[in-house]
Amino acid sequence: MSEVPVQSRIVVLVKQVLDANVRPRVRPDGSGVDLANLKLSMNPFDEIALEAAVKLKEQGEAQEVIAITVGRGKAQDTLRAALAMGADRGILVECEPELEPLAVAKAAWSVITDLEPVLVIAGKQAIDDDCHQTGQMLAALLGWGQALCASRIALSHDHAEVDCEVDNGRETLRLPLPAVVTTDLRLNTPRSISLPNLMKAKSKPIDIVASSALEIDVRPRLKIVEVREPRVRSAGVKVETAAEIAKVLKELTVA
Amino acid sequence: MKTLVLAEHNGSAVESATYAAIAAAALIGGVEVLVAGFGCGAAADEAARLEGVDRVLLADAPAYRDQLAENVSALVLSLMPQFDAFIAPTTSRGKGVAPRVAAILDVMQISDIVAVDAPRVFRRPIYAGNAIQTVTSDEAKLVVTVRISAFRSLGVRDGACEIVSVSQAEELGLSELIGSDIVKSDRPELASAKIIVSGGRALRDAETFARTLTPLADRLGAAIGASRAAVDAGYISNEYQVGQTGKIVAPEVYFAIGISGAIQHLAGMKESRVIIAINSDPDAPIFQVADYALVGDLFEAIPEILEHLGA
Repeated sequence: MSEVPVQSRIVVLVKQVLDANVRPRVRPDGSGVDLANLKLSMNPFDEIALEAAVKLKEQGEAQEVIAITVGRGKAQDTLRAALAMGADRGILVECEPELEPLAVAKAAWSVITDLEPVLVIAGKQAIDDDCHQTGQMLAALLGWGQALCASRIALSHDHAEVDCEVDNGRETLRLPLPAVVTTDLRLNTPRSISLPNLMKAKSKPIDIVASSALEIDVRPRLKIVEVREPRVRSAGVKVETAAEIAKVLKELTVA
Repeated sequence: MKTLVLAEHNGSAVESATYAAIAAAALIGGVEVLVAGFGCGAAADEAARLEGVDRVLLADAPAYRDQLAENVSALVLSLMPQFDAFIAPTTSRGKGVAPRVAAILDVMQISDIVAVDAPRVFRRPIYAGNAIQTVTSDEAKLVVTVRISAFRSLGVRDGACEIVSVSQAEELGLSELIGSDIVKSDRPELASAKIIVSGGRALRDAETFARTLTPLADRLGAAIGASRAAVDAGYISNEYQVGQTGKIVAPEVYFAIGISGAIQHLAGMKESRVIIAINSDPDAPIFQVADYALVGDLFEAIPEILEHLGA
């Protein structure tokens, strides 16, 4: 095993989002997506990030995994899930409004600077706003390197080697530590939470930090004019034979 | 407004993603294009002939050889005092650079826009395309990424605009490319293809997938795509994946073959102009969005289609 710095910490950013299996409902007045009384869960890409961190710890490449979330009080549920998956402790940066990635990155930045982790891992994007920004923004604010859409992460004593899924294949990056890595689907399959681990998680610590105590501006920068349902596509015609498809292709003048 | 567009290029040629980003940028303001790379003069020459481009900025230096996000975003930041907006295509590179630029400029990025309603008003999909958000920004600088499939190229013109060298080049040493496995293909690029032939799990295995879909794709001059199930089953590598976590496509014709149509897949292809689906399951969700639906055995249907096309 490679040499590991003492007290090497991995920070994982997790976000509470509408559960991936729930179909989002747009409010009729166009003000947004209705989340009332719907199941909220950890962003699936963040689960992959957390699994990666816990595996690195299990392999002896890290000593401590800290899960950070930025959001309202009930986001603690997501931190508890992170603790049950194997994080050692959680930090909630409590903020009331729905936060933009820039605000999340700044909140995480102000907390992370004191933690001095060797690595920050986050999901490549959240499945609600689909912004794909937070990890990169955090890396920029910290002045660190970044590797996005990881399908493999290997740590050595002062570098990370990361396979990144890119548009036309794969690139392998080597980053001096500390660095930020974001995770894609094929990195791992997150473990399911066992009852004993769920119970154990109840006694793990969660620190709550008020965002007002951090010297950052988390006010939204963008104005959401409206949120609407997408154009509805209706089912077309059933054709009976392959010949009809060939005819359609000819009519579309693509064949 | 003056916009700076990050060119997507491979050194010798500009890639189609750049054309889409320029088309979106032209709706926001005057367009200048940044070509950052090493030995990338040919790509800059091509960019200078693109319709809508006022000027090309060429940053040709070893620090940009691998177009690493850390070095390129520092370059962009050095240029931003001259611009009101930074615009990048929603590609691996664009997604790496733009948020770094936005964070240091202290502005919120507007990700993956599909429409420009006004120079500061944009539409973008959220929840995997299950809702469309209209957003506006009054920040000092705009940082925007552009969904490639949502904007059509403005084309090429006879003359060329001015190409100016920008000299700032700094190797930050924050990351290093140590290997790459880039798929080279003679087929059209998936994200900008006019016709896509996509296969799903029903294609059985890698050999059957290729043997079944290749003749049809060849006959139609189409790109090949795949569902996540087909990629996860190892039929084809993941850069062919269409869907929420793969490529977002909007071709003239999308052929969904043996694809059931999970919501994540539909998120990636439902803006296609015409969708043709073949599936043996009459209740497959893909049929809810298909313009032409054939319930049947794809292994019989595809050879028959080819026969009728006179292939």
